[in-house]
Amino acid sequence: MTTFWILAPVIVLAALGILFVRKAVHAAMLLAIVMISLAMLYLVLDAPFLFAAQIIVYTGAILMLFLFVVMLVGVDASDSVVETIKGQRAMAVIGGLLLGATFVIGLSQISLGTVVGLDAANDNGNNISALADILFGKYVFAFETTSALLITAAVGAMVLAHRERLEPKPSQASLAAQRLRDYADSGKHLGPLPTPGVFARHNAVDTPALLPDGTASEASISRVLAARGTVRSAPAMADDITHIEQQIGGASHAGRDQSAAATTEEETPA
Amino acid sequence: MTPYVVLSAIVFSIGVVGVLTRRNALVVFMCVELMLNASNLALVAFAKQNGNLDGQIAAFFVMVVAAAEVVVGLAIIMTIFRTRRSASVDDASLLKY
Repeated sequence: MTTFWILAPVIVLAALGILFVRKAVHAAMLLAIVMISLAMLYLVLDAPFLFAAQIIVYTGAILMLFLFVVMLVGVDASDSVVETIKGQRAMAVIGGLLLGATFVIGLSQISLGTVVGLDAANDNGNNISALADILFGKYVFAFETTSALLITAAVGAMVLAHRERLEPKPSQASLAAQRLRDYADSGKHLGPLPTPGVFARHNAVDTPALLPDGTASEASISRVLAARGTVRSAPAMADDITHIEQQIGGASHAGRDQSAAATTEEETPA
Repeated sequence: MTPYVVLSAIVFSIGVVGVLTRRNALVVFMCVELMLNASNLALVAFAKQNGNLDGQIAAFFVMVVAAAEVVVGLAIIMTIFRTRRSASVDDASLLKY
């Protein structure tokens, strides 16, 4: 029972957390806590096979699937706070509390009697072979039917996730023709985009190439980096260089300060 | 076994409230999983109570059905998200468009 009293508050708190967290990822993590704690309770309840199945099927497969979809749908897709039906949320909470109270009161009024325990049912304490006897004996038809269910689910998921292509896939020739047409219409550059800037101390995709007049070329950096706002600006980079020069030269090479400063001066206008 | 069944009832109620209050289709789906797990706990507890493995078999079948249900449900959520760029259950109120 010690395991139960340790895990029960964890389960209830994590389950309550699912109701209150705003992001779907956090809800998935809390669900993982609930599922792993439940797996441990299965172990206490003499169900080692279900313990393994719970961890493998629920936390391993189902939660991973949830996380994949959270990543596809967008991590930031959080709940709207607008109530479509007025007072629906309060009614739902009251209804849930009533349901829980009904369950608990109902359970408190019955007595389940003495626990028989699974020692006799698990012959020689071998839960898995005892389960297999029942699964492939009494329930073999239900077990075979689940195969039909799983195949239907797999085919259904494939049909739902499949997207029919509405227009033909662009070929290399059509892309080249399109590029030439763009050049004829608007004078858009035919060749590849410029590469990012390469400097003495910065050779990274987040450093824009500099145009002859000293301004940064927007086309030379990835649009994603520009959207995230992590593009290095050329003047800030020059500050960086000055800073590093001071760090190197300042302490150990006091004599070279002048030459280092001179180099910095030369580099800065770039 | 009563504490186990009470815990299962509490978690089930939390799942019900979650399904009714949350608006993100994914979180609603997670709350459905929570309810399935709660019922599994009750089944396993009753299996021990009665000294009979049928409850564990039932819990196993619930897991299988839950796996199939999650696959199809998430595919539906993906399809809805693809057409309307939203995972909110309120936005999917019109099946027509």
